Amino acid sequence: MQVFTCPFCGPRDETEFHFAAEAGKERPQPAEETSDADWADYLYFNDAPRGPAREVWVHVTCGEFFLMTRDTVTRAVSEVAPLPGRGE
Amino acid sequence: MKRYSALSLATEGLRGHRGWTPAWRKARPNDGYDAIVVGGGGHGLATAYYLAKNHGICRVALLEKGWIGGGNTGRNTTAVRSNYFYPESVALYDLALRLYEDLSRDLNFNVMLSQRGMLIAAHTPMQMEICARIANAMQLNGVDGELMGAEEAVKRAPLLNQDPQARFKCMGGVWQQRAGVARHDAVAWGYARAASDMGVDIIENCTVTDLLVEGGRITGVETDMGTIRADRVGLAAAGATPGLAAMGDVRLPIHNYALQAFVSEPVKPMLDIVLLYLGTGTYVSQSDKGELVIGGGLDRVPTHGQRGNLPAQETVLSGLLEMFPAFAQLKLLRQWAGVVDVVPDSSPVIGPAGPEGLFLNCGWGTGGFKAIPAGGWLLAHLLATGAHHEISRPFDLDRFARGRLIDEAAGAGIAH
Repeated sequence: MQVFTCPFCGPRDETEFHFAAEAGKERPQPAEETSDADWADYLYFNDAPRGPAREVWVHVTCGEFFLMTRDTVTRAVSEVAPLPGRGE
Repeated sequence: MKRYSALSLATEGLRGHRGWTPAWRKARPNDGYDAIVVGGGGHGLATAYYLAKNHGICRVALLEKGWIGGGNTGRNTTAVRSNYFYPESVALYDLALRLYEDLSRDLNFNVMLSQRGMLIAAHTPMQMEICARIANAMQLNGVDGELMGAEEAVKRAPLLNQDPQARFKCMGGVWQQRAGVARHDAVAWGYARAASDMGVDIIENCTVTDLLVEGGRITGVETDMGTIRADRVGLAAAGATPGLAAMGDVRLPIHNYALQAFVSEPVKPMLDIVLLYLGTGTYVSQSDKGELVIGGGLDRVPTHGQRGNLPAQETVLSGLLEMFPAFAQLKLLRQWAGVVDVVPDSSPVIGPAGPEGLFLNCGWGTGGFKAIPAGGWLLAHLLATGAHHEISRPFDLDRFARGRLIDEAAGAGIAH
């Protein structure tokens, strides 16, 4: 069992967390001017980096989304932070 | 190549088995090839074999960063089946199953295919309706599939939990007789031996460090053994494919997860089918050695590390014990994980991508082993002709922008 740290609740079991998306994706706007390819890229395509990764996770029990920086090979977490604008 | 047969075995037995030669050549790379296949798992090896056999393209380099069959090909639970929902998927997976049925003869290598039948078991009326839907779809798609009640299902797996109070009491399910298991290592070794015999260079411990692109065309790969030139490159590297594709500025709709498997200590025969339980997501079969081979859903933390974590183990094994309380007495012998490349619609990605001459065969997620002959057949077709085979066309990367997903997670109840 790995322990992740929610920026709001502190350290909790990994089963309380869910991976949401890779961080840094920007929703293409406005929708009517967005090509199918750009929309598909936003919706489905990833970098799936090997090694350091910045990701958005959700702590399911408190419902907060947050940023997690971790290594996808060793699984070591180096940093957790609230999403921009959600900090204390 | 020395043909394997009962006669050659007997002859060698009398000579003290001193006449066997290595099954495939350990090659060093040349400067140039007609085609390069990156990834020495089942899919890559099958690609190299069918390039030579179906298309007469024998100047092929197969590059593997470790040893062949050491990734997911050596880490799966060896089930083969074609009980899918959509016509596109059934065409794909049944091509694989049909090729598996003749593979031992074709390769002159016993892949130990055992079509012992597979039951997808249900424990609620709603799941029975899903099973009926899958059975109907299979029959409409021309594949053997039948709906089965509880009595018939329990006859095939008598140790199933029959307690009236059982949480997951079996109500029946959908049966495919042609499904079964095959020896995973033998599939890799058989393809390697046959491909090597036709001139394919199998190069192990060779890591691709860059894709060479000139004027929008692929011209070869850079490796830790030097530059290797070819104007056609196929990637069949499962969880390593996103990193390789990124070298050609190609992004993929893939997340990598660890998928675990387990074997128990060997015991006497007690389960002679492959069983997948919809309610628990756990699947199990018994190997020829007597070990129970157990699998289940993905670890939920995306990773490139080939090891699993405890929560998924608990889910899989508690599911197993719900199905078969008697198995609680068994000891686990081994546990391991492979890195699988999971696509949003749980269907593979086969087709061209990025620079001209680059082709993909990836995104098989948790189900790549059963599809090895088809994946190889179709990637070889792409590499040889530059165009899709009619069976691979629906699985092109363009389906995401076109919105033509083939959602087998919803269709056939895949556990991810």
